[in-house]
This record gives sequence, structure tokens and C-alpha cells, in this order.
Amino acid sequence: MSATTTAHSSTAAPAMDKAERARIDESTRVPVLLFFGSAVFWLLVGTLFALLASFKMNAPHLLDQWGWLTFGRVRPAHLNAVAYGWASSAAIGTSLWLMARLCRTPLRHSKLLICAAIFWNIGVLLGIFGILSGDSRSIEWLEFPNYASLMLFVAFGLIAVWAVIMFRFRQPGHVYVSQWYLLAAFIWFPWLYSTANILLNFEPIQGGAQGAVNWWYGHNALGLWFTPIGLAAAYYFIPKVLGRPIHSYYLSILGFWSLALFYSWNGMHHLIGGPFPAWMVSASVVASIMMFIPVITTAINHHMTVRGNFGALKWSPTLRFTVFGAMCYTLASVQGSFMAIPLLNKITHFTHYTVGHAHLGLYAFFTMIMFGSMYYIMPRVVGWEWPSARLIRWHFWLVAIGIGVMVVALTIGGILQGLALLDPGITFMASLDYTKPWLFLRSGSGILLTAGHIVFATSFTLLLLKAGTRREGPTLFGTDQGREPEPIAP
Amino acid sequence: MNKMPVIIIGAFLTFLSSWIGLVAYPYLQLGRFTPFTSEDTGDINPPPLSGMAVTGQRVYGSSGCIYCHSQQVRQVGYGSDLERGWGARPTVARDYMRENPAFLGTMRTGPDLTNIGARQPSVMWHHQHLYQPGTVSPGSIMPSYRYLYRLQKIEGQRSANAIDLLPPDNPPDGYEVVPTYEAEALVAYLLSLNRNYPLPEAPEPPQ
Repeated sequence: MSATTTAHSSTAAPAMDKAERARIDESTRVPVLLFFGSAVFWLLVGTLFALLASFKMNAPHLLDQWGWLTFGRVRPAHLNAVAYGWASSAAIGTSLWLMARLCRTPLRHSKLLICAAIFWNIGVLLGIFGILSGDSRSIEWLEFPNYASLMLFVAFGLIAVWAVIMFRFRQPGHVYVSQWYLLAAFIWFPWLYSTANILLNFEPIQGGAQGAVNWWYGHNALGLWFTPIGLAAAYYFIPKVLGRPIHSYYLSILGFWSLALFYSWNGMHHLIGGPFPAWMVSASVVASIMMFIPVITTAINHHMTVRGNFGALKWSPTLRFTVFGAMCYTLASVQGSFMAIPLLNKITHFTHYTVGHAHLGLYAFFTMIMFGSMYYIMPRVVGWEWPSARLIRWHFWLVAIGIGVMVVALTIGGILQGLALLDPGITFMASLDYTKPWLFLRSGSGILLTAGHIVFATSFTLLLLKAGTRREGPTLFGTDQGREPEPIAP
Repeated sequence: MNKMPVIIIGAFLTFLSSWIGLVAYPYLQLGRFTPFTSEDTGDINPPPLSGMAVTGQRVYGSSGCIYCHSQQVRQVGYGSDLERGWGARPTVARDYMRENPAFLGTMRTGPDLTNIGARQPSVMWHHQHLYQPGTVSPGSIMPSYRYLYRLQKIEGQRSANAIDLLPPDNPPDGYEVVPTYEAEALVAYLLSLNRNYPLPEAPEPPQ
């Protein structure tokens, strides 16, 4: 664990010793486990909905006798289960642990967080139930009925209050780059979520303006909630595992502020060609292209940190998942910038290409980093190592291949669909026919992902049950085959 | 950056800029329309929805139609929306002033529905299509919405609103399929979708 100080590089404060770290980790146990446990539960639920929705596109007659399970309800149930149930819970759990570690102080007032976790889960449960029973208004990313979104907002309010308290009690000294991202995300999300829900669901504004607010929310939920937390985790775990500092402090600053400024203006690129004033759409297209700055800055910073140590990906689960995620962040963002260029947007708009892009962002980038974070955090809060390196390896390859196949299938299917839609000489039905084989392939990739999630949930449960024999060191790839890991920190 | 206030104020201001630009300003510019009354014909556009159509709009939302169908005809130069006959003119913001929510949509697994009421004005066609999409529209992967319909025994005469179905979905002898109130409302809403009326800010429909 010689890497402890690297995440606080150039710090004036003294490094924490092992006992203090253990004390801090232990203080986070109950809330972190509550959020992680519910995250894994919702991941399985969301995956099941995804699989059903995908199968329904291959076989439209499947379970069509029940309104509860019609495609138009199962699809938003999937999105909301994974966005609010899985991704947000995993993000909150990771943030709590990171904050306690980076503030170098045991977690205080954990009752606030336990209440928040309970409220959050009731909110997601009510929301999914509401969508399936027909209470959704079909506003993308905001399908939860008001009774559910109110619960989420209360839960988030409690977490935000807690975050302020934590920062007040932090040890003096350097504020690490991960903390900037976490703090900003905790300011942005409640503002974003409340504004959008009030204007679209509680006191809806006129329809002509709703699309703008909808996509201001939809894009910022990714850009200013999931992305900063994913980056905060990457900025922490990459240097931590490798035992070396982040390449450049100044690139970190540039990356952070350019993300804050440009990402927030991206949303209207979802409405290119639509019934909106040209200036609004243009502003978002420009901001989308300016996203090259934070993305390339962060990519260089991460790459230069790992450079020379790519061998560590062979044995560290945390590093392998996190670096995979960080690379996909670059890919998804560069792809997103190109998709905003009107010339290319004409092809990809309204097609499965966009669905592929969304999965590249929320899964290949964000979810993979959350898996990596959990592999690091869980043993430290439970006091037990992961029971099997083999299960972790299966998890990685199933989901890495699964998401790869899915993105490729939807990208090719989407381009064929988009080119066909552009050409008025091709019938609409032909544009649909082009997508069909690729939608089958997508279902196949969904089966791989489902299998991966079941492996992960099994591994997670075994760890909670402290199954197996006590291990001396962390569970690394290769150690179960008698190989010695390279001598750097776990 | 060791000063918390710098981060907090900076994060606040950058986000505030987008809130002003993409929320507050659109609300002021696009959220306060009044309908347009034509001096020549006295028509009020966009026309108000019937009570039945408003209920149908709710069914459209709760059934999640938007995950496959858009409701926007894009401007010239952005796709072939006009050439496909999805509308006589591109839609403008005022077209949606009575919509709550505005179902602009982001996906075209199915065709655009901005003017479906003008393209398919038959009530029976819509019921048949909702009940057996694959039969009415071969190759379609739209699911059946038969949970919005009731199979019932014919008492005396066949009901006036019973729908004509083709095999294999036709009811057994002595039975009929009738729409529920929700199905009737959904079709009323679909038939109301016709935005080919003139608005001063919209390009003239070509004659």
C-alpha cells in the first residue's frame, strides 16, 4: 500500500497511516454497502428489462398480452432501473467512500446516508412500478412519476447536506482533482434534477419549450452527474493502483473547467433540424465540438499516468476495469462530438446508432469504472478479499466482449438504417429491414452481458458472506494460477 | 485549486450559464405562445384538442409510443422527412404549444406521426393496426396493443364499434373484439395529429 500518498500528490498534509485508513474505510461500511448492494440488485433488474426489450424487437409477439410488459414500458423501465437504480447508486456509494478517503476523516452522520439510501431505493421501486403500471409521461430520462422523483430528490437532498458536512470537517491540505469533480457533481445534479422535473412534470411549461429542457436534462445527467463521478474514480484509482502521481496537475485543471463550461451546453444537439431556433442548436453543436478539449486533455493525462505500466492491467482487476472505462470515455466523447456535426447527425439521428453511443458512454465508460471501483472498495469496507479471481476474470471478459459486440452491432445497424432513411427512394419498411439482423446480434450481446452480471452478483454475494478462506493479499488475476504479481501496490 | 469557494462558485457559474441559455431563455422565447387566428378564415391554429384526444395523449405517453415514433418534421436539408410525405411543411415550436408533454421523439423504428391523422384518417385502420400491426403493415415490428381491446361474446347484434380482424387474430365465431375506452381515446388522439395548417412563421405548404 505504498501508493497511499500518490492520490494526494504534492500534499502538505502528512500521509495517512494504515490504521487510520482502515478506520476511515470502516466508518463508510454501512452506507457504502447499502448503496452498492442496491446498485447490484438494480443492475440485475435493469438487465432483465433490457433483455426483454431487446427480445421484443426480434419477436414483437413476445408477451404482448400484458400492458405491463409492452415494449414502450419495458424500455423506459430498463433505462430508469440502470440509470437511477444501478449507475446512480454505484456513483453515490463510490463518492461516499472517495470523499471520506480524500477528506481524510471518518464518515460522519451515517444515519443521514442510511435514510437517503432507503428513500432512494423506495423512489426507484415506486418509479419502476409507476412506469410499468402506466404512470409514465414518456419524457425521456424523466419517466418516473412525481411520487417517485420526489423521493429521489429528498434522498439526494440528504446526501448533499452530508457532503457539505464532510467537506467542513476535512483535514487541511491539498484538494485532490477527484474532489473537484465530486463537489461539482453534487452541486449540479440536484439543480438539474429539480429544474427539469418542475418544468416538465410538476408544473409543465408549454410544449414548444419542453424539448429544450428535456435534452438539457438528458444530456447533462450524463455529462454533469455520471461523467464527473466516473472521472473522479478514474483520477483516484489509476494513480492509486499504479503507485505513481497523476501526470499533470495543469491538464487536470484545464480538463475540469472546460468540461464544466462546454458539457452543460451540449443538450440541443439532440434536436438538430427540429422545431427550435437555429441559434440554440448551433450553440450546442459548437459546445459539443469544444468537448474535444476536456476529453483529449483528460485522455492525455490518464494515458501518461499509465504509460510504462500497462503490464499492470494483467493482474489488477480495479485497474483493468478502470482503464477500459477511461479509454471508452475518450471513444464515446469523440464519437459524440462527431455525431453533433449536422452532416453526420443527419445519418445517425433517430437511429439505433444513438442507442449504441449511449451504451458506449453509460456502460463501456461509466459502468466499467464503477465495477473497477467496487473491486477496490468492497474488500476494504467488508474486511474480506474477493473470493475468486476466476469469477472476476469471467466477469471482465463477458461484459467487455458483450458491450463491444453491442456497440458494433448498433453502430452498423444504425448507419444502414440512417442512410436508408435519408434516401426517399428507399421505403420506410426497408430502413427497418436493414436493422433486423443487427438487432438479433444485439440480443446476443445482451445475453453475454446478462451472464457477466450474474457472475458479478455471485462474486459480490460471496464476498458479503465472507466465503472461502481468508486471503493474505488482494485477489489479483493470475494469483490463483500460482503467479506472483509484480511488486507494486494492489 | 485548494480553495473550495473557487470550485463551488465556478461550478455554479458555468452551470448557471447553460441554465440561462437552454432553460430560462427558451422558456421566455418558446414557452409563451398564443394560438394564431387567421383573419381570412377565422381558424384558430394549432386547434385545441378534444377531451377524448387529451385522454388519448395520456395513453400515448403511458404506452411509450415515443420510443419508436417521432413527432417532428425536420427542416429542408435535414433528412427526407418532407419527401416521405410526413408533412406538408416542417414543424415549428408553436405547433407544440398545446402538447403536454411534447412527444418530439428521438427514434424512428416506426415512421413519424406528426401528421398521421391526415395520412391515415380511418378509425378502423388504426384499430386494426394497433391490434395486429404485422398483418396490416407487413414487416412491422410494432407490438400488438391487444391489451387495450376486449374479446366478448356477441349478444344479439354485433357491436357497432367491433373491429374487423384478419386471421390469425380474428375472434372465434360468436365473439367480437371491441376497443376499450383507452383504445378509442388513443385513436382519437392519433386522428387529431394534423399539423399541416398554416402559421405565419412556418413555411407555406406547397400547393
